[in-house]
Amino acid sequence: MKKLAWNALPMNDPARLRLWFRQRQQVSPRFAGIASWQVSGFLRLSWSLSAVHCCLNSLPRVMTLWTIALLSVAAPLAFAAPPEMPRYRFENFTTANGLPDNHVFAVLVDGDRVWAGTENGLAVYENHAWKTYTTADGLAHRAVLSLALDKRTGDVWAGTMAGLSRISGGRIDSYTQLTSGLSNDVVYGVSVEGENVWVATAAGGCRLDLRTGEWTLYNERNTPMIEIWTYGVSATPTKVYYAVWGSGVLEYDQKTGRWDKYEDPDGENEIVLFKDQGLIHEIVTSVSYVDNILWAATYFGDSRYDGRYWHNFLTKDSGLPSNFTNFIKGVDDKRAWFCTDKGLAYYDGVNWAVYRPSLKDGKPEMTVRDAEGNVTPVAVTTAPAHNYVLGIDFQGDDIWVATAKGLSHGIRQKQ
Amino acid sequence: MKGRKPIGLRAGAVASLSLLAASLFAVALWNGRTVRAEEHRGVEDVDYASPLEVLLSPDGSRLYVLCQGSEEIRVLDAASYAVIKNIAVGRVPRGFSLSPDGARLFVTNSWDDTLSVIDTSTLAVEATWPVGAEPSSVVEDRQGERLFVANRISNDVAVLDAETGAEEKRLLAGRGSSYLTLSPDGTRLYATHVYPNPSPLRTGRENRTAPESEITVIDRSRAVVVDRMPLHAIAGVFHVAFSADGRLGVVAEYHPKNLVTLAHLEHGGAFEDTITVFGADVGKTVEVPLDELERYVSQPFGVAIAPDKSRIYVTSGGSELVTVIDVARLLRFIHEHPAPFVQDLSASANYVVTRIAVGLNPRGLTLTRDGRRLFVANRLEDTISVIDTRTDRVAATIKLAGPKNISVLRHGEQTFYTARYSFQGQIGCANCHIDSTFDGIQWNLEPDGFGRNIVDNKLLEGVKGTNPYKWTGTNPNIPTECGPRTEKYFWRSENYDDLTLTDLTVYVRSLTPRPNRWKLPGYQLTPAQERGKAIFERSVDKFKKPIAEYNRCSYCHSGLKGTNQKLFDVGTHKAIDNPGLLKATPLTEIALTAPYLHDGSARTLEEIWTVYNPEDKHGRTNDLTKDELNDLIEYLRTR
Repeated sequence: MKKLAWNALPMNDPARLRLWFRQRQQVSPRFAGIASWQVSGFLRLSWSLSAVHCCLNSLPRVMTLWTIALLSVAAPLAFAAPPEMPRYRFENFTTANGLPDNHVFAVLVDGDRVWAGTENGLAVYENHAWKTYTTADGLAHRAVLSLALDKRTGDVWAGTMAGLSRISGGRIDSYTQLTSGLSNDVVYGVSVEGENVWVATAAGGCRLDLRTGEWTLYNERNTPMIEIWTYGVSATPTKVYYAVWGSGVLEYDQKTGRWDKYEDPDGENEIVLFKDQGLIHEIVTSVSYVDNILWAATYFGDSRYDGRYWHNFLTKDSGLPSNFTNFIKGVDDKRAWFCTDKGLAYYDGVNWAVYRPSLKDGKPEMTVRDAEGNVTPVAVTTAPAHNYVLGIDFQGDDIWVATAKGLSHGIRQKQ
Repeated sequence: MKGRKPIGLRAGAVASLSLLAASLFAVALWNGRTVRAEEHRGVEDVDYASPLEVLLSPDGSRLYVLCQGSEEIRVLDAASYAVIKNIAVGRVPRGFSLSPDGARLFVTNSWDDTLSVIDTSTLAVEATWPVGAEPSSVVEDRQGERLFVANRISNDVAVLDAETGAEEKRLLAGRGSSYLTLSPDGTRLYATHVYPNPSPLRTGRENRTAPESEITVIDRSRAVVVDRMPLHAIAGVFHVAFSADGRLGVVAEYHPKNLVTLAHLEHGGAFEDTITVFGADVGKTVEVPLDELERYVSQPFGVAIAPDKSRIYVTSGGSELVTVIDVARLLRFIHEHPAPFVQDLSASANYVVTRIAVGLNPRGLTLTRDGRRLFVANRLEDTISVIDTRTDRVAATIKLAGPKNISVLRHGEQTFYTARYSFQGQIGCANCHIDSTFDGIQWNLEPDGFGRNIVDNKLLEGVKGTNPYKWTGTNPNIPTECGPRTEKYFWRSENYDDLTLTDLTVYVRSLTPRPNRWKLPGYQLTPAQERGKAIFERSVDKFKKPIAEYNRCSYCHSGLKGTNQKLFDVGTHKAIDNPGLLKATPLTEIALTAPYLHDGSARTLEEIWTVYNPEDKHGRTNDLTKDELNDLIEYLRTR
């Protein structure tokens, strides 16, 4: 990390001052928290002093001039508009308008079609109408926990509480631990890459080779996995990542066929001795690998890993509304969405936005947190169906959000 | 066909004669029937042409004939029928099609998993591309961008770059994916399959279900499956054809009646021979019977629609017929009679114009552009029937070059496919053993009792030397299996003469297994297969306890074909089964023949042990982890 040149602070130019801090933040994410507190504290203090001065006419003229000058600089900063963050008008779907169940565990967008994995069937929204697939159609179980799209073929893979299902052109073929090589019937995660379907189950991971039909199981016998409760999987042509409950993140190198493992350096201690030292926690719930960046969600904060450095996110030093994160989805190497038990959060690499019904009164709420930690409410009239968010997917500029009380379509608003 | 030749027979005439003599002697000994090999009946395994499919060039000047037996494409002058050239292709070709401009002819070689690309200007193979497992048909899109290939073993349709042959992806199709047709507007492909899809549901205390099939609809531009048209109670779906306006589609298919005991031929209780029509003219899929009272059109296969949409033509491989349907009358009937009417044997009188007798085992057919002539490939007669569609009569029969004599094998194969021996010509061996394999269906056979002893149909490949036969091992040899048992309980009509039964037996014994697609080149095993082999052969379980000989995989499933030919109790007996033991079934091509166990109760190989082996009677397996069971299955797939 570059040594901070405090004496280089452009104190007389607010725009340059902000730019300077942004640059420092990019150099070291760790610096961002400290610095943002300092700059905002500095400005608040300055503003307060100036206000007091306005009330006192007894100070020397030179001080008055200084105060006026300072106020003219600080006021625009203190009342600056929050960063532009995406705004949405949320349309919510529940059993009242066609969803088979309000408990929505997963959502998947495939062009104009939207798939919702609910507690009572797999629903697909197409041409403004819902259709639901159930066990009578061949679905492995009514509770659909995870979804993945084979972009080449258009087939959808659904992980359920009792097996894995493939939905292809309306036909459903299901795989269970009794009828196939699937390692366990509780399928928490699924991801398709090329000819392989990667599956996260309650008894380890497994891979189905669609060409040969061969199942390969991954567990404590052939990987560094200690716990075998795999919660999520993200497969790409180069790497495959597993979120393992109590065993960190497992990495599979597609080229070498080797496994590696990332754990919380503090072990199972519920403390963080050194920030950004490594994975934030052992209990990993979700992984997303995009643009060579690993985004990992845990029930105790979230992590970003670029192959060399970790950067962790906690409520105390980021815009996360909660450390309890169910699902994470990276947009690219800087941006990601966080599905927590206290709302949906978006991080653009600098700023945060949170979308939810207010925790106090349930009214729609959107807040923006800038790089300095300033949290600004944004007036909105709609919000996701519930605070407890379990999944997200993108449809162009729109988002679809799975929550504990319905599915939400976030329609991007022009700003 | 060449691919099914016994290796021994190909080695030389001496071996062939010895083999035949031995088999004849065995048959003669069997029940005192007199067997006499006539001198003119060639016993050598000769290259019959066995024309399976026919095509006309876009200008109508050439007739291309896919000859499966001689493994070549024969090019004839479509006017004089003179041979222009014979082009050798790969092993056991099964399907072919022309590029839209007619410049290239694509041929799928089902046994060596290749696609031959023939330049029609030079009539030479310009490229041979590797494709999926058992490619059975191929279609190029109108844009010349993509080829679509139906792979029978991998149950999919592969999407290939039309210029390079590079495979882009594979789309899940029906089980035994085999036939492809492009819609007239070129926007969609329709794929069919010859084995029923795995059934996700069970009925009652037994495991029989009516078979379920589909027409897989593929969007050409996106190359994704966009629809699956369900075909209920259908197992064995073959060619699809469209009217020129694209408003009427038709598919040829088998409709087995496996939920009733196979003892009701006199009541039409074995198979319906049907087509399903679909498209804007009918509004939905409608199954249409082709049979009539006391006359059946067994094994529908090829289908064509006249350019003016006046007629539908359907070949019936077992009945040696082409059925001619009046489209206007058919549509009127459909609109006036709400489906289903598939069981109504009087229905066909409303729309079937005539039935034209052609050669043995008619399969593919094609119409000239003006619709005046219809060419029909008679596979087991090495002829092409040329039908004048104005008179609905055979105007000419093109004899393809080849052996003049009918060999024992050839006669046996003819006997296998024809329905002439069964009551009212309803069924032949090939109804349940599609293309001499199996059908993936569970049946209730009369000798075992009505509603009792449900049995899964078995694969015939490699059946030689695995006696006794039947799941209960009660038939000592193939002549018994194919002779009295079949005659009495299946055909319920005419008996074979001694010579015919001998020939049929020789043919069935000649059915060699197709190449195993799970084996690596050089018979190497993958690491998982190696681990599985060790489990298969182990004599000690994971707790170091010896496994009794009768409880080892390698004991009961010993030898090249995976059976020691003895009977065992493997704990799979059901309440509806008669008492008795079950034969250790061969493992030949076991990966292809789901479901498993004598009654088909295990839908997958895994279920044999995860569900139906609670007491370790079917081998010691309950000490295995899931990884190890997967390894065992990976090894079994190489058998």
